[in-house]
Amino acid sequence: MPDVYMPRSLDELLDLKAAHDSLYVFAGGTDLMVSMRCGRTRPAALACLDRLDAIRGISDAGTYISVGAGESHSSLLKSPLIRKHAPVLAEALDTLGSPHIRNTGTLGGNIVTASPAGDSLPPLTILDAQVELAGKDGFRRMPLADFIVGPGVVRLEKDRILWKVLIPKTPYYGIHHFEKVGLRRSMAIAVVSMAAVLDLSPDGIVKAIRMAWGSVGPTVVACPEAENGMVGKRLEPDALALAADAVRERVRPIDDVRATAEYRRQVAGNLVLRLARYAPAVSGECPP
Amino acid sequence: MELSFTLNDAKITLEVDPDARVVDLLREKIGLTGTKEGCGTGECGACTVLVDGETRLSCLMLAAQLEGREIVTIEGLSRSVPGRKCHPVQEAFVEAGAVQCGFCTPGMVITVADFIGREPAADVAAIRKAVSGNICRCTGYLNIVEAAKLAVKNKREHEEHEEHDA
Repeated sequence: MPDVYMPRSLDELLDLKAAHDSLYVFAGGTDLMVSMRCGRTRPAALACLDRLDAIRGISDAGTYISVGAGESHSSLLKSPLIRKHAPVLAEALDTLGSPHIRNTGTLGGNIVTASPAGDSLPPLTILDAQVELAGKDGFRRMPLADFIVGPGVVRLEKDRILWKVLIPKTPYYGIHHFEKVGLRRSMAIAVVSMAAVLDLSPDGIVKAIRMAWGSVGPTVVACPEAENGMVGKRLEPDALALAADAVRERVRPIDDVRATAEYRRQVAGNLVLRLARYAPAVSGECPP
Repeated sequence: MELSFTLNDAKITLEVDPDARVVDLLREKIGLTGTKEGCGTGECGACTVLVDGETRLSCLMLAAQLEGREIVTIEGLSRSVPGRKCHPVQEAFVEAGAVQCGFCTPGMVITVADFIGREPAADVAAIRKAVSGNICRCTGYLNIVEAAKLAVKNKREHEEHEEHDA
């Protein structure tokens, strides 16, 4: 039976981490409660973030948005700052779990769990989000892409905590897109997901594009070849099909109970083709 | 540990294991068996309760998290409407025939009551999304959505009636 601690300050939490060998941080608990109940995780102690108010809060920090790691998905969805500066993240979180899970689960929890299917991860990756880790020796930042190493593995030393998530403002991305293919609409673990942000010129030329895929590799998959191939092109079927081919080459999906690797590979490419919907209508061309 | 919180408008203090799940605390220790446990993994919504006015899954919460908070279970939901035995959403569920085996009903009712309290003009799409974390294996959801629509309609008519009287 684990001891349960309810730290009220960062110092208190860091002291607990230093004092206990097998202490688990309990953020929302949506994964940890399930894994404790089935005996997969047997912590000696839990540090529940419920009363650690300093680990919550969403604020405008000038060039980026700062999100406390303990902030719930629902709070992010309600935040005008997230809606304005990271709509692709809001779209992804809107598909995460169910309303009840979104009220409970936290952004930091989704990151540290580091599931290949973590819904927040592709959007945060393409927005070049950073994580801020807190320890006794202060705070340090690193790109999210470096923080996540593999399924369930993050670069978080035992005496540190994921404290904040920093999302750069990227006003030039006029298009934010997220799509998840799952077995049903709610409570669905992604079979494949894709997040994309685009900077399109008024005449429909891709000036910049970032894309990332979930559930098709050990961590989020990026595909610079696909991105580079699209810069300078229109969002037309030919260019998108080339990018889709590049993605299918790049992904490293597995077979599991939800889908086969081959299906995932095919769909990862197909999701790129959907970006055609953002092509501006050609002037003079009228629908029949 | 000693735990104090407000349960269905009444202050309560009791001795609990801090790592007990809230669903077990409610059902086994306090005897409020209206809250159901379906999956125990946060997927079915049968154990939904209100914590400080927000829906939470009691199978995913530690007892220690309740300290100082306000909890509403299905047994106490009607207290938010003084003078009535049932909450209007409960009445709508009865009227629309939205209950079959009844196992999902407490979680469903809590979820719908919370949702239309916040979104009084909810349409069908919004209602369906609101109950997307509550699984029903009997009804096919149609009568549950009908009940929620009825509750929205009744609420609007009730408010118009009150405005008229005023």
